Amino acid sequence: MKPLFTKRPSPNIGLIVFVFASLVLLACEQQALLNPFREMLASVVYPLQQLVSSPTQAVRKFGETFSSRIELLAENEELRREQLLQSAKLTKFAALEQENLRLRGLLDTSFKLGEQVMIAELLAVNLVPYEQVVVVNKGSRFGVYPGQLVMDAHGVVGQVLRVNSLSSEIILITDPNHAIPVQVNRNGLRTIAQGTGQVDRLSLPFLSSNADIQAGDLLVTSGLGGVFPQGYPVATVVAVSGTDNAFAKFAAAPVAKLDLNRELLLVWNKPDPIPRVPDLGSIPKESAGSHAAK
Amino acid sequence: MRQNNSTTRLVVLASLLVAMVLRIVPLPMELFVYNPDWVLLFLIYWAIAIPERVGIGYAWVMGLLSDVLTGRLLGQHALAYSVVVFVCVKLHTRLRSYSLYQQVLGVLLLLLVNQVLVFWAQNIKSSNSLGFIDWLPSFIGALVWPFILKVLRWVRRTYHIV
Repeated sequence: MKPLFTKRPSPNIGLIVFVFASLVLLACEQQALLNPFREMLASVVYPLQQLVSSPTQAVRKFGETFSSRIELLAENEELRREQLLQSAKLTKFAALEQENLRLRGLLDTSFKLGEQVMIAELLAVNLVPYEQVVVVNKGSRFGVYPGQLVMDAHGVVGQVLRVNSLSSEIILITDPNHAIPVQVNRNGLRTIAQGTGQVDRLSLPFLSSNADIQAGDLLVTSGLGGVFPQGYPVATVVAVSGTDNAFAKFAAAPVAKLDLNRELLLVWNKPDPIPRVPDLGSIPKESAGSHAAK
Repeated sequence: MRQNNSTTRLVVLASLLVAMVLRIVPLPMELFVYNPDWVLLFLIYWAIAIPERVGIGYAWVMGLLSDVLTGRLLGQHALAYSVVVFVCVKLHTRLRSYSLYQQVLGVLLLLLVNQVLVFWAQNIKSSNSLGFIDWLPSFIGALVWPFILKVLRWVRRTYHIV
């Protein structure tokens, strides 16, 4: 039996020191002074995240290995059909892209195009219940940077919040603290879509009740704000209510499959716009002249 | 004794690792809402059981790791864990002698304090107002304290307030 009062610890000074240290850390983090320190701690935690994530991944791998031949054939067929459709669309898109560039060249507007992507895999870890932040297995070692656009095959998923050397945290567009500048694809009406905390719902709080918007409208990124490049699909408007009074409510559903994804695309948005007029020879002389006259 | 020390450290650290795993285990979202702060619960246990070994230092380091683990600002959990474990170490004899339901209430209080501190630090992030100047009133207050003590003691003695 240990005597009760032999080694009474005296934690008073300790408390002051550690509370002070915490406050200093909090203050320093505002200016992002501690990124190396944070990365060091993150490399301690990373094996844990991998460990927690591995059973889920193992189950998935197991399922892939033992899925039946018929299923695989069906999936293969499906993918081939999709591929055919996509490539047909893409050939048309290439022509449209060239035309778009020429027209934009004539209008003398800058236009960013040509993005690079990388696939990142989600780690199956939950962070905090009241935030929608996920962890992926690509970090600054792969050139990931904060604010980077993250999407899946269907649309925008979110942006990179914080980068460690081997992993990074991604905030989803449905996080209550996240807002994304969008425009209605049909008529170019610009607004901002805010997260609600529900994985299938965005709110559009800054619209007047007589705004030209209806259920089914596609919202794409507007490129304002400079974080998200222009023209990526974000959400479709699902509910418009109360347009007869001043308190209209608009809700949209993200087009990305936010809760089903295992793989995400990290998009590099090239900082310098590509040449506006790709091929000068193909443009008629008189339009080039009028362009110069402007 | 040395052997005993290192075993203790190993066991405590291993249990805390298990707690960190439990903290981020991939439950479905409906269940995850109920997932408690295992790291702090384990820390509270060790701080009550062996306060001379597991103290605020452990709490602070584990807090930093929890911050990184759950994507918080550095220092949020560190601050909250230090305060909670301080209380545990201070009151460990009392907490040990409590009956089980009293302990449950005590732990509830500690967890709530922890959550309030974490949320508070979180809101500081969003309001973006944690400059060094914002803390000056407290520092100045501490510097002023000796004068207040002197003056008010003089007032009290002058008017014979006992």
